[in-house]
Amino acid sequence: MTTTQLPPTGRRLADPTPALPPRKPRRRRRNLREQISGWGMIAPAAVLLLAFVFLPAILGFGLAFTNARLVSPRPVEFVGTDNFARLFADPTFWRSLLNVSYFAVVVVPVQSGIALAMALLINKKFRGVNFFRTIYFLPVVTSMVVVSLLWMFMYRKDGLINEMLSAASFGLINGPDWLNDPATAMPAIIALSIWQAAGFHMIIWLAGLQSISGELYEAAQLDGASRWHQFRYVTWPGLKHTRTLVLVTITIQALGLFDQVSVMTQGGPLDSTTTIIYEAVRSGFKQQETSYASAISLVFFVLVLLISAVQRYLSREKD
Amino acid sequence: MAVRILFAAVAAFPIVFMMVSSLKPDQQIFGDMSSVAAFLPIGNISLDNYAAVFDRVPAARFLINSIGISAVTVVLGIFINSLCAFALSRMEVRGKRVVFTAILATLIVPFQTLALPLVWWVNQLPYFELNGFSLEISKGWLDTYQVQIIPFIANAFSIYLFHQYFESIPKELDEAARIDGAGWFTIYRRVVMPLAGPATATVAILTFLPAWNSYLWPLMVVQSEELRPVMIGIQYFFQLNVSWGEVMAYASLITIPVVVLFIAFQRSFINSIASSGVKG
Repeated sequence: MTTTQLPPTGRRLADPTPALPPRKPRRRRRNLREQISGWGMIAPAAVLLLAFVFLPAILGFGLAFTNARLVSPRPVEFVGTDNFARLFADPTFWRSLLNVSYFAVVVVPVQSGIALAMALLINKKFRGVNFFRTIYFLPVVTSMVVVSLLWMFMYRKDGLINEMLSAASFGLINGPDWLNDPATAMPAIIALSIWQAAGFHMIIWLAGLQSISGELYEAAQLDGASRWHQFRYVTWPGLKHTRTLVLVTITIQALGLFDQVSVMTQGGPLDSTTTIIYEAVRSGFKQQETSYASAISLVFFVLVLLISAVQRYLSREKD
Repeated sequence: MAVRILFAAVAAFPIVFMMVSSLKPDQQIFGDMSSVAAFLPIGNISLDNYAAVFDRVPAARFLINSIGISAVTVVLGIFINSLCAFALSRMEVRGKRVVFTAILATLIVPFQTLALPLVWWVNQLPYFELNGFSLEISKGWLDTYQVQIIPFIANAFSIYLFHQYFESIPKELDEAARIDGAGWFTIYRRVVMPLAGPATATVAILTFLPAWNSYLWPLMVVQSEELRPVMIGIQYFFQLNVSWGEVMAYASLITIPVVVLFIAFQRSFINSIASSGVKG
């Protein structure tokens, strides 16, 4: 998709003598019609975005400082920062923050690394490149909910993962009950999350790789650069923008961890897999405390903003 | 090549296992697990699990709901977002820059942040219902079809994608049509949209996937069985003593439509994901 900016010559083409006074009223009328139909075309989308993005965002901000409940006979009252005081005193909240940090710290480097490896594997044209690309991408079109259900079955004590581990080690490894053990539940969720999403970021890396000019590689080969040196000095610098993009999107996705936890563990065992969004949904939906859930959502939003600001700043520094 | 095959095996084995297991009775699924038979459709193969799924859950109803919800969201989404992008890109509307910037600003708000205030908000919205000849107004959109569709029609990213694409279509075409006396809507419908096929495909895919896969939202706003989408059907399998063959059959049932679409429109899928990369 290239963007060709054309000079706005069209108007003069249609109206070759704009300076002449008698033509002026007609032109104004035409312009008014353009305004009306233009706003008529913008309005449906603008109204919907206003109603379902802007308003809830502002509402969420406001509700966080009230005692609003999803269904309640009492009128909504302003309660100041009570919700935040309660939130910051809640050990489950700190646990959820710790859990998503753990998740993000592992998933961000590992998933982006695996995705880059996959992109490099299918970057060059070879027989069957389409086949491999399709297979690598297949987990991405499978919904996270289905993936979670499927892996829940595979992670059972007598499930496929443990049977494969046992077969590969000739019966030496006797795998744990992955999702019911506080020590292994989060690593198990991490593994399936990477499995599901790596193909998505592979495509983004691939778009970055294909934007690097082939001439750079030819020049490097003429200079006798090894494949590692080509990667280190041509590919890696060429991916600078893609890198920031991949890091930011994976980090934000990681902080928003919800589906897997909701399907597989409900935050357990012993809160070892609970997350910020899971806590927000638990309080806002199950306990109907909209105000408290809004406070959690607000903290989540501030975190997301902070992370993207920090990552943008860091990647700008190197310019 | 060996590395490529290894990665392909890792990417494919759970899905192959799911589809193969959906054809086997439970006893055989567990029996086959310790050998390569787990990935092969051999032994006692039948569609019994699928038949049992339709008995256990209203699977047909869930499928129809999801197809309907996704289709309406995609069609209205393409129409409303492209119309907005058309005016922003090709017409001289006063204040369009401010509007476009405001639209793009919504991209920084993740849906998870909005979800809970939005539940409260849709519960306050008025709901008009034609009952015979009288118009009835009740409060709250919870537990309806529209609550699963209307909040997801307008999408800043779709508007952005259409806008980018429209900028690449020469504006002389509009002027030529205007000289022939065409109105703006005619230019949109007859000149610009027919040329915007790739952008339309991208938006269709990026709207369809989250609509089909939505889970968090319907979980919170839909209680009635007859209004639920496919992903919520998974909850019926959380009980004890569930037959895993049936679970795998249901999981395959709701995955196969997307996989078929993906294989049919592979290039568009890959392009749409690549363009969604610019979102960050």
